[in-house]
Amino acid sequence: MTLTETRPSVRHDRPAVKPRNPTRFAVFFALLVLLLLVVAPLLVVALNAVKSPAQYASNGPLSLPDHLYFNGILDFWNRVDFGQKLWNSFISSFAVAVLGVLLSILNAYALGIGRVRGRIWFLIFFLVANLLPQEVLVYPLYYLSKQLGLYDSLFSIVIIFTVVQSAFGTYLLTSVYAEFPTELLDAAEVDGASRWRTLWWVVVPVSRPTLGVLFTFFFIWTWNEFFLPLVFLVSNDRQTVPVALGVLQGDRLMDATTTSASALIGILPAMLFFLIFQRTLTRGITAGALK
Amino acid sequence: MAGKRRQSGYAVYLVPGVIASLAVIVVPLVMTVGISFTRWSGIGEPIWIGFANYTRLARDADFWASFGHILLLILAMAVLPTLLGLVLAAVLFDYVAKHFGNRWAGVFRAGYYLPQVLPVAVTGIVWGWILHPEYGALNRVLNSVGLSRLAVNWLGDPRYALYTVMGIMVWIQLGYPIVMFMSGLQRIDPELYEAADLDGATWWQRFRKITVYLIRPEFYVVLITTTIAALKIFGQVFVLTRGGPSNATLVPSYFAYKNFFEKAQVGYGSAISTVLTVIIIVLAFVFLRLQNRAERTASQ
Repeated sequence: MTLTETRPSVRHDRPAVKPRNPTRFAVFFALLVLLLLVVAPLLVVALNAVKSPAQYASNGPLSLPDHLYFNGILDFWNRVDFGQKLWNSFISSFAVAVLGVLLSILNAYALGIGRVRGRIWFLIFFLVANLLPQEVLVYPLYYLSKQLGLYDSLFSIVIIFTVVQSAFGTYLLTSVYAEFPTELLDAAEVDGASRWRTLWWVVVPVSRPTLGVLFTFFFIWTWNEFFLPLVFLVSNDRQTVPVALGVLQGDRLMDATTTSASALIGILPAMLFFLIFQRTLTRGITAGALK
Repeated sequence: MAGKRRQSGYAVYLVPGVIASLAVIVVPLVMTVGISFTRWSGIGEPIWIGFANYTRLARDADFWASFGHILLLILAMAVLPTLLGLVLAAVLFDYVAKHFGNRWAGVFRAGYYLPQVLPVAVTGIVWGWILHPEYGALNRVLNSVGLSRLAVNWLGDPRYALYTVMGIMVWIQLGYPIVMFMSGLQRIDPELYEAADLDGATWWQRFRKITVYLIRPEFYVVLITTTIAALKIFGQVFVLTRGGPSNATLVPSYFAYKNFFEKAQVGYGSAISTVLTVIIIVLAFVFLRLQNRAERTASQ
């Protein structure tokens, strides 16, 4: 399966059959219970994020708040300077997504369309690079970035994740470009277009859907990254959202409502991406894995 | 297919990628393997000690325990979600979608997938708070309904911590196989199902003989990606338990992290991560071979 098209699903959009059958109801009910169990933790968090500490103490975690209390969220936001963290996360994820897609395009152009010599070995390399646990790279990267004065800077994170993500991007995009319609390339050649021109005026526009999926993936993956940012971003004002939330975990200043407030404002951006990108994502997850 | 379009002039496009990969992946990887044969605190000159780190690993009970924990986490992150996801995807695809409409199938799928989109750190906070022994929501609920005997210290008691983490991992992972399998099911010709129905096959027979058989490619992909994710697990353990209590949830990557950044035993940490890397790569290639062989026998 390629990324550029997915077969439309089999449609069952007839008006829902009246569920007379008791098994049918039982199955539906069981699925609904499971859905509630899966979503419940997030609902409980949302519920308690807008509750005052006093109300939490007296009525417990499952009571509905009698009024919306946003001070927990505001306090937390100001205490950790959450705006700064959001900006750090956004700018580094965005930079990685742009640069990672660019690097993947260049690699895949050479491997998928150019079929340069030894391309199998390059592909095996990128496959292995995808498999590596970050622990096996972290200490030298930490050491080298200190030598280069890049430690504790978003630059280091952007460079590292651009390369790490583009290993996946190259692998995926090469298999898409290997199937690229030859007629288009030949036509460009007949028109006297250089390789460089063909790349940007033919190949990239045609593969834009795939590139969109890659961009989305890279952005969200980088946003959610935890391990390397934890190691590299030690200053408070350079931390990303996950690092800021992760290191505060277990802090004595974090009471129940502040903790759920912090969780809620960590969940919200992720939910936002999920809603915006849901279509691309569900398409991409399956496509990405199936070559 | 692009056929024999192997012409010169394309190699130059690989230059940025090769330089970047050398700097960020190849050189650090080689350095880690090299450092694993030394004793080094991160400062000064590393001292060559040959295989001493590896022999020490072989005798380190913590190291073996961390791999034991990984086996249980593979159960929780790969095996259980794949099996559950397979059944759920099939039910959603050919039962719910058929009898209640595609929209309901979509709602369920999106809901089950939700935990997958949360950042690891947030997942840790959510569960760390819900399971907190003093102010956590779960124990307060258990106490208020008279089940205080069940209100244990979920993440803080070495007897329960690993099982609690396993439960949370099932919660996180479940959505991924569902989405993968549901999209795989779309490839299946609906006529196959209709034929099976005409032959009087039950839902379970159809599931075993048609569904499972036809989405084997997705099955392999899900199993391998989730197994590798389990071997690499770090973030969830860091935010939920930091490997504790008393190493009850220690995993190899966190063990390596501790040696690198807390104990300043960089050589030993490098040996741990080298072993982990070798295991992952070997496993991945074994998986790929099995998958290829299965596909070849299937297409014969």
